[in-house]
Amino acid sequence: MYSEQVMDHFTNPRNVGEIDNPDGVGQVGNAKCGDIMKVTLKIKDDIIEDVKFKTFGCGAAIATSSMSTELIKGKNIHEALKITNKAVAEALGGLPPVKMHCSVLAEEAVKMAIEDYLSKQK
Amino acid sequence: MEQRIYLDHAATTYTKPEVLEEMLPYFTKAYGNPSSVHSFGREARRALDKARKRTAEALKADPVEIYFTSGGSEADNWAIKGVALANKNKGDHIITTSIEHPAVLDTCRYLEKEGFKVTYLPVDQYGMVSVKDVEKAITDKTILISVMMANNEIGTIQPIKEIGQIAKEHKVYFHTDAVQAIGSIPIDVNDLNVDLLSLSAHKFYGPNGVGALYIRKGVKIGPYIHGGAQERNKRAGTENLAGIIGLGKAIELAVENMEKNNKKLIGMRDRLIKEIMSKVEYTRLNGHPEKRLPGNVNLSFEFIEGEALLLSLDLKGIAGSSGSACTSGSLDPSHVLLAIGLSHEIAHGSLRLTLGDDNTDQEIDYVIEVLPEIVNRLREMSPLFAQDKGGLEYV
Repeated sequence: MYSEQVMDHFTNPRNVGEIDNPDGVGQVGNAKCGDIMKVTLKIKDDIIEDVKFKTFGCGAAIATSSMSTELIKGKNIHEALKITNKAVAEALGGLPPVKMHCSVLAEEAVKMAIEDYLSKQK
Repeated sequence: MEQRIYLDHAATTYTKPEVLEEMLPYFTKAYGNPSSVHSFGREARRALDKARKRTAEALKADPVEIYFTSGGSEADNWAIKGVALANKNKGDHIITTSIEHPAVLDTCRYLEKEGFKVTYLPVDQYGMVSVKDVEKAITDKTILISVMMANNEIGTIQPIKEIGQIAKEHKVYFHTDAVQAIGSIPIDVNDLNVDLLSLSAHKFYGPNGVGALYIRKGVKIGPYIHGGAQERNKRAGTENLAGIIGLGKAIELAVENMEKNNKKLIGMRDRLIKEIMSKVEYTRLNGHPEKRLPGNVNLSFEFIEGEALLLSLDLKGIAGSSGSACTSGSLDPSHVLLAIGLSHEIAHGSLRLTLGDDNTDQEIDYVIEVLPEIVNRLREMSPLFAQDKGGLEYV
């Protein structure tokens, strides 16, 4: 039911972990629904220098977490904010319809982490 | 992938070669319609009668009390709707439990829409129904009690004989879904005071698409499928002859091998449970520690999600199942795991491994080696593990 890309990112997830003293943190979802994603960012001059994630969830949740960190790494935060859940799903070769909500989770966690960074800049 | 290990026997089993062998002539040679007068028909009729006799013997029932169906779900549907409709002048109340298979639960919900009243009894932390609760729930309007013999997810074996006794005392019909129990639990419908019993061949090394409903003589129940005289005018349609032959052979073998099989399965089951629980912290056993099906292992691993666990196991060649929402197609985890009091988060992290007669000690060794590594890997990825190593609260 999952594409090769999803299985690849599930089996070998990129950027797993947590950054010490991150510049931005985002955590979305809840354990009751069965998925939580936490993103930590290292940002310098609005460029995402490093990103790590931790995810409690199904195969699709882990794969979309991994792919979204890949997509934003090295990008300007304003570019990163434009990455939609659709783009994450497409980069993974598509997701089964019932799993599309997992990609929303990844998008929201990234956005929350960037907004956390921006709020600290004020 | 070097080897594949099948640990999902509660979902379905392979068909035993000796079962298939008995079935095959009924596709190509003895293909007569059992209702026909000619020699082809008579040959088919004899085979059908033999399968009915074998099935009856396995339940200590009379052959005229065995009605073949398309499987366990049909048998459950028929038992409940059939009794409800035929007895609605006597009452409109049905008692069942919150951990039944959907074939029972959804049938009861359907009947509620049609005006029947249904009591869904709770279970304790092991998934056990209280006999006292059953008795207390009975009113003068109660026409049927339906309690499964053993649970398909957590393997808990219910006090069927005691419930049967109470049903008998109160003159209420008693149905049990024994789909998971055949070949694991000795059954004598008279000793258990069961009036209706559902079974399904593909759960005991028979073919898919065939099952049976035992209906005690004298039980008031209408036909399920109209349109022919088959199955004593109660279940129309030309018989699935080869399937029924397979069921008959499979149930005979299941009862014959029960003692030997159970001994082997219980040994492997308990070793698997003990080893995994000692190797992996924050793990709980779901279901009753002793009163459980010989092949059933159901564990919850905190901080991780079941589908990710299943995918990881599958990549290692191990086939299991989970009560996680992500594997059920709905947003809620298994109703059984919630009914035994698990919180959603712990129910999401459940894993069911159901052993069968083709599993070996070497396979169990492999699972014991691989499973802890997989759980640890997923936990390292989980934000919950780092945040809350003290364990999540059970509800």
